[in-house]
Amino acid sequence: MDYLLSDEQKMVQELAHKIAEEKVRPVAAKYDQSEEYPWEIIKVIADAGLFGLFIPPEYGGMSVGVLNLCIATEELSRACGGIAVCYAASALGTFPIVLFGNEEQKKKYLPDLAAGKKVAAFAITEPEAGSDASAIKTTAKKEGNYYVLNGLKHFITNGGDAEIYVVIAMTDKSKGARGASAFILEKGMPGFIFGKKEEKFGIRASSTRELVFTDCKVPAENLLSKEGMGFIVTMKTFDMSRPGVAAQAVGIAQGALELAVKYAKERQQFGKSISTFQGIQWMLADMATQVEAARALVYATARMVDAGIKDVSKESAMTKMFASDVAMKVTVDALQIFGGYGYMRDYPIEKYVRDAKITQIYEGTNQVQRNIIALQLIKEMAR
Amino acid sequence: MNIIVCIKQVPETTEVKINPQTNTLIREGVKSIINPFDMYAIEEAVRIKERLGGKVVVITMGPPQAEAALREAISLGCDEAILISDRAFAGSDTWATSYTLSGAIKKIGQFDLIICGKQASDGDTAQVGPGISAHLDIPQVTYVKKIEEIKDNFMRVERMMEEGYEIIETPLPCLITVVKEINEPRLPSLKGMMKAKSAKISIWGQKELNLSEQGIGLCGSPTQVVKIFTPPQRVGGQILQGEVSEVVKKLVDLLKGEIS
Repeated sequence: MDYLLSDEQKMVQELAHKIAEEKVRPVAAKYDQSEEYPWEIIKVIADAGLFGLFIPPEYGGMSVGVLNLCIATEELSRACGGIAVCYAASALGTFPIVLFGNEEQKKKYLPDLAAGKKVAAFAITEPEAGSDASAIKTTAKKEGNYYVLNGLKHFITNGGDAEIYVVIAMTDKSKGARGASAFILEKGMPGFIFGKKEEKFGIRASSTRELVFTDCKVPAENLLSKEGMGFIVTMKTFDMSRPGVAAQAVGIAQGALELAVKYAKERQQFGKSISTFQGIQWMLADMATQVEAARALVYATARMVDAGIKDVSKESAMTKMFASDVAMKVTVDALQIFGGYGYMRDYPIEKYVRDAKITQIYEGTNQVQRNIIALQLIKEMAR
Repeated sequence: MNIIVCIKQVPETTEVKINPQTNTLIREGVKSIINPFDMYAIEEAVRIKERLGGKVVVITMGPPQAEAALREAISLGCDEAILISDRAFAGSDTWATSYTLSGAIKKIGQFDLIICGKQASDGDTAQVGPGISAHLDIPQVTYVKKIEEIKDNFMRVERMMEEGYEIIETPLPCLITVVKEINEPRLPSLKGMMKAKSAKISIWGQKELNLSEQGIGLCGSPTQVVKIFTPPQRVGGQILQGEVSEVVKKLVDLLKGEIS
């Protein structure tokens, strides 16, 4: 399908495709096995200039928008969902600074992030605050020119490898969700250490760690926006980043589909290629249609974001939910086409199933996405 | 350090099809790329520039569509690009090509170093680089695998041999051709691609270069391609087995049969 991409968007696509095929695909299995952070690839992506896609030029970026970010993420994910998420999660950690940072904060943090010299992370999730983000226990208490943070974040993508963290903590517990605030933290701040590194089912090239704050003194100027804005920062950030998760899902699904078509043509049974069997053909046709529909939704939503349309919560949620469900279904069907070989680690397809699963869970489970969509629908009806 | 890189646009496939009537390459439907060996030449030039300053001018001789190769070279860090293109240059062999390129290099004027890939993946001659240095009457070092040192008027390089390498010192300006061991070419950057898109590419023809009519195109090409063909596949040999004395006798008989 032709999405009538601009020359610039085609360039991003071509470049990310090149990186994916020449640099990422050859090492995807290695990082999946070793669970090491793929610094060599991060450097390639940084040198190519893809970290700054949505960062304004005055801070070293290209300001070419969320659709470009989605295109890059999709292409990288075709080759490895794990490596792609290292890239996308840095965008997640950078969005709050782009959206809510003041001039000093932007000047201080964005140039290094745009150049890919530093990687960012976003930290809201806690052991007892997943989908229910209002249950956050990490506190930030103002003392003079500092906020003192205490608490624990877990499941933080890029945790330990990122240099810059946007952390959500409660400045006023009595106000509930309105008592949360967002802070910019740097690796190495006293009282900020890393805990357990998770061993994961998929996206194993990316790191997922605990962040531990023990009387961690954060300068007051590192408060993003104002006290009490933590959830607004989070929701607006997710509105921007959810199309990116969806793009990751589309990329994983597309990658699996391509492998399945190739395998179906090569694999001989009953004296002919299994791609000549209608049972296989119909599976492939359904997979391709679903991937295309998911991609169309991702691009449409990303274009809304880039056009400056303020309220995209519903569309963002729809996109993330639909694309990730498609990724799960398509990767499972792709493995089915590989038959017994698909179940073996010698073949690349089982990794796609493992990498796809997380897209239904993180940045809001697909059940939470449905809540968002329904709430919005009912609100719209009431108008 | 001002560096000139000479590149060639070639068909991407290694299985080039040939039109049996005209003995020329069939280019339709085949994607064109920068000759892979020239990618190492571009990378080395850009690295030297990044280290020592100066600029990199990339040139190619070819049809108008070779402009795409030059734009790619700019996306990889080259500063300026010149396309040498004219119907008058059509049919050039390696001698006429190197003569024409040397004419363009004279017109560019001041330079310290010329870098070429060791050979093109389509013609495989490895003659154009050395030809340019002959026409310009400057030193050449072929098959360079490492530049050990480079400064004003002096360069020390490692030249790849079949076993081991030679260390060669040469004054500048000079021409080198490089092998793939010399570096790992980078991927383009988004900024580079955007720069390449809007870059102005100069086109020089016979009018601009004003070369001797006898030296260019078909007329200036001593090589005439009479026929191009795929050599017939070798048929597998015959293995004689058995007692040595019998096998030797059989072999001698067979050889005698071949001769008569």
